[in-house]
Amino acid sequence: MEATLKLLRSAPPTALFGLLVVVTYVLVALLAPLIAPYGETQIVGAQFLPWSDEYLLGTDNLGRDVLSRLIYGARNTVGIAFLTTCLAFLLGCLTGLLAATLRGWTDQLLSRLVDVLMAIPALIFALLVLTITGTSVAALVGVISVLEATRVYRLTRAVAVNIEVMDFVEVARLRGERLPWVIGCEILPNALPPLVAEFGLRFCFVFLFISALSFLGLGLQPPTADWGSMVRENATLITFGDITPLIPAAAIALLTVGVNFVVDWFLHKSSGLKT
Amino acid sequence: MGKILVMVAQRLALGLLTLFFVSLIIFLSVEMLPGDLAQELLGQSATPETVAAFRKQLGLDLPAHIRYLEWLGGIAQGDFGRSLANDREISGLIAGRLGNTLFLAGLAALISVPLALTLGILAALYRNTPFDRGINVFALTSVSVPEFFIAYILILFLAVQINWFPSISNIGPATDLFDRIYRSILPALTLTLVVVAHMMRMTRAAIINLMASPYIEMARLKGLSPRRVILRHALPNALAPIINVVALNLAYLVVGVVVVEVVFVYPGLGQLMVDSVSKRDITVVQACSLIFAATYVLLNLTADVLSILTNPRLLHAR
Amino acid sequence: MSDPQEKPDGERGGLLLKIRGLRIEGRTGDSWSEIVKGIDLDLHRGEVLGLIGESGAGKSTIGLAAMGFARDGCRISGGSVEFDGLDLVTADIKRRRRLRGSRIAYVAQSAAAAFNPAHKLIDQYSETPMQHGIAGRAESEKDAVELYRRLRLPNPEEIGFRYPHQVSGGQLQRAMTAMAMACRPDLIVFDEPTTALDVTTQIEVLAAIRDIVRQFDTAAIYITHDLAVVAQMADRVMVLRNGELVEEAETRRMLSDPQEDYTKSLWAVRAFRSEEKARPAGETPILAVEHVTAAYGKTRVLHDVSFEIHRQRTVAVVGESGSGKSTTARVITGLLPPLEGRVLYKGEPLPPRFTSRSKDQLKAVQMIYQMADTALNPKQRVRDVIGRPLKFYLGMNRHQREERVRELLSLIELEPDDYIDRVPSELSGGQKQRICIARALAAEPSVIICDEVTSALDQLVAEGILKLLDRLQGEFGLAYMFITHDLATVKAIADEVVVMLQGEVVESGPKTQMFTPPHHDYTELLLSSVPEMDPDWLDHLLAERAEGKAGGRIERADQ
Repeated sequence: MEATLKLLRSAPPTALFGLLVVVTYVLVALLAPLIAPYGETQIVGAQFLPWSDEYLLGTDNLGRDVLSRLIYGARNTVGIAFLTTCLAFLLGCLTGLLAATLRGWTDQLLSRLVDVLMAIPALIFALLVLTITGTSVAALVGVISVLEATRVYRLTRAVAVNIEVMDFVEVARLRGERLPWVIGCEILPNALPPLVAEFGLRFCFVFLFISALSFLGLGLQPPTADWGSMVRENATLITFGDITPLIPAAAIALLTVGVNFVVDWFLHKSSGLKT
Repeated sequence: MGKILVMVAQRLALGLLTLFFVSLIIFLSVEMLPGDLAQELLGQSATPETVAAFRKQLGLDLPAHIRYLEWLGGIAQGDFGRSLANDREISGLIAGRLGNTLFLAGLAALISVPLALTLGILAALYRNTPFDRGINVFALTSVSVPEFFIAYILILFLAVQINWFPSISNIGPATDLFDRIYRSILPALTLTLVVVAHMMRMTRAAIINLMASPYIEMARLKGLSPRRVILRHALPNALAPIINVVALNLAYLVVGVVVVEVVFVYPGLGQLMVDSVSKRDITVVQACSLIFAATYVLLNLTADVLSILTNPRLLHAR
Repeated sequence: MSDPQEKPDGERGGLLLKIRGLRIEGRTGDSWSEIVKGIDLDLHRGEVLGLIGESGAGKSTIGLAAMGFARDGCRISGGSVEFDGLDLVTADIKRRRRLRGSRIAYVAQSAAAAFNPAHKLIDQYSETPMQHGIAGRAESEKDAVELYRRLRLPNPEEIGFRYPHQVSGGQLQRAMTAMAMACRPDLIVFDEPTTALDVTTQIEVLAAIRDIVRQFDTAAIYITHDLAVVAQMADRVMVLRNGELVEEAETRRMLSDPQEDYTKSLWAVRAFRSEEKARPAGETPILAVEHVTAAYGKTRVLHDVSFEIHRQRTVAVVGESGSGKSTTARVITGLLPPLEGRVLYKGEPLPPRFTSRSKDQLKAVQMIYQMADTALNPKQRVRDVIGRPLKFYLGMNRHQREERVRELLSLIELEPDDYIDRVPSELSGGQKQRICIARALAAEPSVIICDEVTSALDQLVAEGILKLLDRLQGEFGLAYMFITHDLATVKAIADEVVVMLQGEVVESGPKTQMFTPPHHDYTELLLSSVPEMDPDWLDHLLAERAEGKAGGRIERADQ
């Protein structure tokens, strides 16, 4: 506890701001049903009502409360992005570590496969796959986690290869250690700092990616509340000078900025500790 | 010189191979469609006879490798097949839109590349000054913001509030160049803001990396002026990394176009693709994917080849 | 080339550089700490001053400060650096820049990194005189060829038109010395110019540098960690430690009569000798390498290598970089299966790949590496590093392990309570190497392969490690295979010597025999090239070689 406080006190203001944002979002996402004044898909009044005491941010194109949908959106958008990032890491780290440790044809096969997958821009690839599978949450999570896993693979492999050539790994191998020990006890603990940072950055990418697809109408489908779709559904208001549709977009931006600040601090800290 | 030609040839061959695999993936993705494409498109109510006839019309009764070769052969002659949704020639749908998209991406590149390089180099030279820190925070923020957010902010301020530019980019074949540029300013500006930050950070990192090398220290210890250190000693070695940064970001730009086109209802390839995805018009999506992916691969290939050609160690072989 | 108005002719002996109370700070994280703590230094015209010290002594930082220069992350925080009457600390940047390259020049440690890869050597040469307005292109190119010739570079007319990566390391270092001479400066700062070179190459560069400095009567600051090198090069020596001056004296006096304990201990390092143990007769060797030929891909790196290692004896494998020493170790450990030949352990052949060896076979041959930094997992505590082999090979339980780790720590002279819970980042370089030794010992091996174990360490620390290894050999009857390029280490610890050149064994035998003539030609070249503490050594050697005793081979070694 004391150590945590001390760590927080040493953090720069940007990092504290980032931490505050992340914690707030997590709380809002977890407690959405308690905080939101209305239901996620409940139609509460006329369409496009202006801001008022009753509907703090007005109502949307179908007459639903914008604030409530914003709060539920935290749960849906952030939750799915987090799940997708976790899946991408599970897949990418595992294959990356195996490729770096085993080398040989495993490495060749995986690396060439990733090369080809990465030769197609992620958004284009996702659009292609979604045409085929149709838009569903499962398809969305599946395709994005595989696409992002290729990036995670590249990084994990690169980091792990740099560790793998170190003498202490050779020592472990010459001692006769088995593969799980070499990966789990020798390589992984040393690869952790860059991977943790990458997790933060990857989450931002996934989050922006899903939001962009939702904005295009190809991500989370109505009536699920989701920030990307909310911008799309209410975009016409902007031409009348109403900033309501910008609020969900700003919510997306705020979270990614926050995560980026935290990651930046973490990178600074972990590189500083090495020397 | 021979070695470098071999390396370039290798890269080109690798690029072609990648293109081949990319086309294969795009083609095969349709094959992986769960169920039957014809059945899917016609709906459950279609009779087996209609489905069979439709299959024949689509050529689905032929084996996959023959269809792949025919598809590829057609594309080589500019024939992308027909749209499933409205049965129009895809090449006709694409032609004008591809031009529009390239125009928009080109305009954005024209603004963003010089801007990003200048800012990146300045940030590297004035490292750790308030200017550098400001640039850094701006970069960090701007990579975190979704494209459509930037787009709507620009619309709100520049189109709605002061009404300088149109919020919708109506462009037709008859629009003259000046009007084209005027109408494309907002989308181009959005794209610029999206790529500038990234390009700038990468430029800055490349220059800082370079300025830390022993031969730059040596140049300074020879008493050369800062101008000469940069122009004569840093720049020739900075070309390769900078070219790489530019090519990578241009590749990114080409893809970023998709979302921006939708926001501004810009009649480009990206919008066509998004529309076709909603309609599940697979042949059009295939064609668009292939064009986007090929552009992307070619830009990355250019970066690779140029960075070989500008590497002094490779240019002057032992 | 010299312009009397630019360079006031001071007579030899006039004071050229006067440093007083120099303080330099370096940044670590957000705080500044002092790395040079108040140094006074005088340098007269035409004089060569040696700066000597171990890593972290602040030698290079002082050398750069003599040019009024501080690296990124360093700043001059106090004192003055007066060059020919001008204080470089307070002078504005333009005046400092005018001096750099023209009157004070710099020769960097790694010429390969300090030459710009994008330009030809001669263009980089003529840049300084042209930019300082001292000579035109044609004139300075002519001058470059002349200097290349004087520095005994092969093809002086042609070599300047090559790019840096097209020229070998030793030649590049001479080309850089030529570049420093371009404006005939009053002072050259040499920053460890031969550290990255092999001994046989080093000697040529040393001789060339010394000749040229004498010919033009240039003052020089010569920075090195090698005592024998400084003995050849410097008129006067300053010994530094942790940014402070320990002792300063004229070279011969410093060598014969050091005053401070620290200096004495530095001098004494090279005196350590272990007794040569008698060669056992008729005993099966612990390890035998028999006619081993090996290759990386298609390039053959070892040709028909054979030697034996006996119980309680040390075999030193000596050679320059690329001679195949470390590859031999990789064949023995089973990392690189040989194409032909085999490795016998106690008369039994070992499987060529380590993956097919039994636990007992793996346990028998342990390895200690050059870089203790990378040989220890930064995330593991000392307890786990040493404890793992105990569990893995000997199946000890937690309690037994704890006890044994403590015993081993005492054995390597580290206080168990103090060290058992440390991670590598909390250990010094020498301590890390000791932990590596303890880890090897924990496996209870019969043979330990030591791959350049002391070359990354400062001399005093290295000596401690050698003494420890020597003692452990006596206690446990260990056999050592000692891979090194440093003949001083060989003299100190070896019982038997194997000399390797380009993947072949050129000569092998007991130490005393190897160090007494007659030698194989290459052994002779190698042995004679190792600098000795005698200040006249280089002169004598060059005179001998000129007479043709060992002539004709120097060029070959430099290719």
